[in-house]
Amino acid sequence: MTLFIEQCLNGLQFGLLLFLLAAGLTLVFGIMDLVNLAHGSLYMVGAYFAATFAAWTGSFVLGAILAFGATLLVGILVEIVVMRRLYGRDHLDHVLATFGLILFFDEAVRLIWGSEGLSLPLPGWLNTPVQILPGIQYSGYRLSIMVVTIAVAAFLYLLVMRTRIGMLIRAGAANREMVGALGVNIKLLFTLVFGLGAALAGLAGLMQAPILTVQIGMGENILILAFVVTVIGGIGSIRGAFVGALLVGFLDTLGRAFFPDLLRMVLDKNTAATAAPALSSMLIYILMAAVLVIKPQGLFAASGK
Amino acid sequence: MPALTPRNVIIAAVLIALLLLPVFVAFTGKIFMLTLFTRIIILALAAVSLNLILGYGGMMSFGHAAYLGIGGYAVGILAHEGITSGFVQWPAALAASALFALVIGALSLRTRGVYFIMITLAFAQMAYYAASGLARYGGDDGLTINTRSQFAGLINLSNKTAFYYLCLLLLFGCIYLVWRLVNSRFGMVIGGVRSNEVRMRAIGFPTYRYQLACFVIAGTMCGLAGALLANATDFVSPSMMYWTRSGDLIIMVVLGGMGSLFGPLIGTIALLVLEEALSGVTEYWQIILGPLLLLIVLFARGGIDGILRSLTPKVRHG
Repeated sequence: MTLFIEQCLNGLQFGLLLFLLAAGLTLVFGIMDLVNLAHGSLYMVGAYFAATFAAWTGSFVLGAILAFGATLLVGILVEIVVMRRLYGRDHLDHVLATFGLILFFDEAVRLIWGSEGLSLPLPGWLNTPVQILPGIQYSGYRLSIMVVTIAVAAFLYLLVMRTRIGMLIRAGAANREMVGALGVNIKLLFTLVFGLGAALAGLAGLMQAPILTVQIGMGENILILAFVVTVIGGIGSIRGAFVGALLVGFLDTLGRAFFPDLLRMVLDKNTAATAAPALSSMLIYILMAAVLVIKPQGLFAASGK
Repeated sequence: MPALTPRNVIIAAVLIALLLLPVFVAFTGKIFMLTLFTRIIILALAAVSLNLILGYGGMMSFGHAAYLGIGGYAVGILAHEGITSGFVQWPAALAASALFALVIGALSLRTRGVYFIMITLAFAQMAYYAASGLARYGGDDGLTINTRSQFAGLINLSNKTAFYYLCLLLLFGCIYLVWRLVNSRFGMVIGGVRSNEVRMRAIGFPTYRYQLACFVIAGTMCGLAGALLANATDFVSPSMMYWTRSGDLIIMVVLGGMGSLFGPLIGTIALLVLEEALSGVTEYWQIILGPLLLLIVLFARGGIDGILRSLTPKVRHG
């Protein structure tokens, strides 16, 4: 039972983290109609920045804040130098150009930080387990990730639904040309949205950094999961990204933890032991396939697309 | 008889050079050239198959490397289980990749545009993780193939020259097949769906079935390339179908020229020779390749074939 609760919390934490990535991806797609494969690179860059700045300043929190700002700047720079030239082009162009960016980022990171991974040690006050229920302890750091992510999700909701910028973002998602024709500085809006997406990816990366090793290619694996989340939730919909991220987070974590046991009840031991690792990593893709069969546009397809 | 344009001359020269390569190797003793070009030919075959759906069919599959892996694993797993006959291994490779393409295609083709890109990518990643989970067949570390496919004495795949010519023959055969396909009624429908799907459906074509058939043909062809690749490297591993490999295949097609018959071959040669050359210059060659790719996307949409075509002055009729 303790294990089950712990795994549920892990699933929730992973899902919330995926939401940060998927939200940026889906925002950028919804408004600029841009497929950004390099989103995972920004996640990686965020993690590397956090590890470096934390080592420089000697403070985890200060390092994280600096890394967040730095990733935001990198995102804005990428938008101005590259992405701006891609709007309105074919999706294949986006895929190729951002694939080129991934190669560039991976190699640049290797050049700067070397090919060995970095680690980001947690300060003691974050590393202590917290008692959540009588007799059940849970990592304080993972809890604080959840708190931060939920706060960011709430902030995003308020930003998009309750502010003037949010109104422009939603209008931009519905009809870009019309928003531009009404005199809104669409260039600036696009730069801001891309920067926001980049900063969210960077935030996800820097928060994940102490749990995983910071290494090259870390962004690519999670990028695919973020894609699965956006496809399940419906591209362009933040609400969809939230629901999809939680679904994928839970299914992936719980599947890896308990699916082998379930399989053992149905199949004989040897078959189960061989098939379990392969099958449990396929679960989320099966979920995606199922969603596609029922709703090809995702659970919460954005309107006006 | 094709016209004697600069483009046709260059393509003919490339084909002749490929045919004569083993002779060149025999004289100079540069065996690594033969190994490199066998690899190029096999990947070109994969690129040709991708071009069928990407260039002619307008289906932006980002998971094409999955078939490379499935074809390779079919050979590897059968060899591991003691079945070394190529007459069993290769049909199995084709059948397995055709089946995978059928399932993935049937699901993915329900969607369009970005969804299609992301879904094909995700399913290919699923195949990658599934292969990593195959503990019996090496898991993450991959599987070494001790004996290459046996063809009852007809051809010895361990002979580098014979294997090279077999790959070249299969490549030419597949290019011919693609040429026949795109110029058939089937190809016309596929091209029609690419330019305007709604209209094609309106005049009564079951576009979904046509696209699915095209998707399966391309997947099967790539499975063949996978079987060849497994024999060329004597090794299969999940990294054969990692998603960056799918990206490489797209680069090859686009670099050479989408929807051009020989474009994928030229693109593959260009990319692999460029890789080889850049990695000689610096260890960090991808830092050059990445931005180069960006520039190609931004400024040279037609790829190399587009540049070759522009060498010929356009003749205006009427």
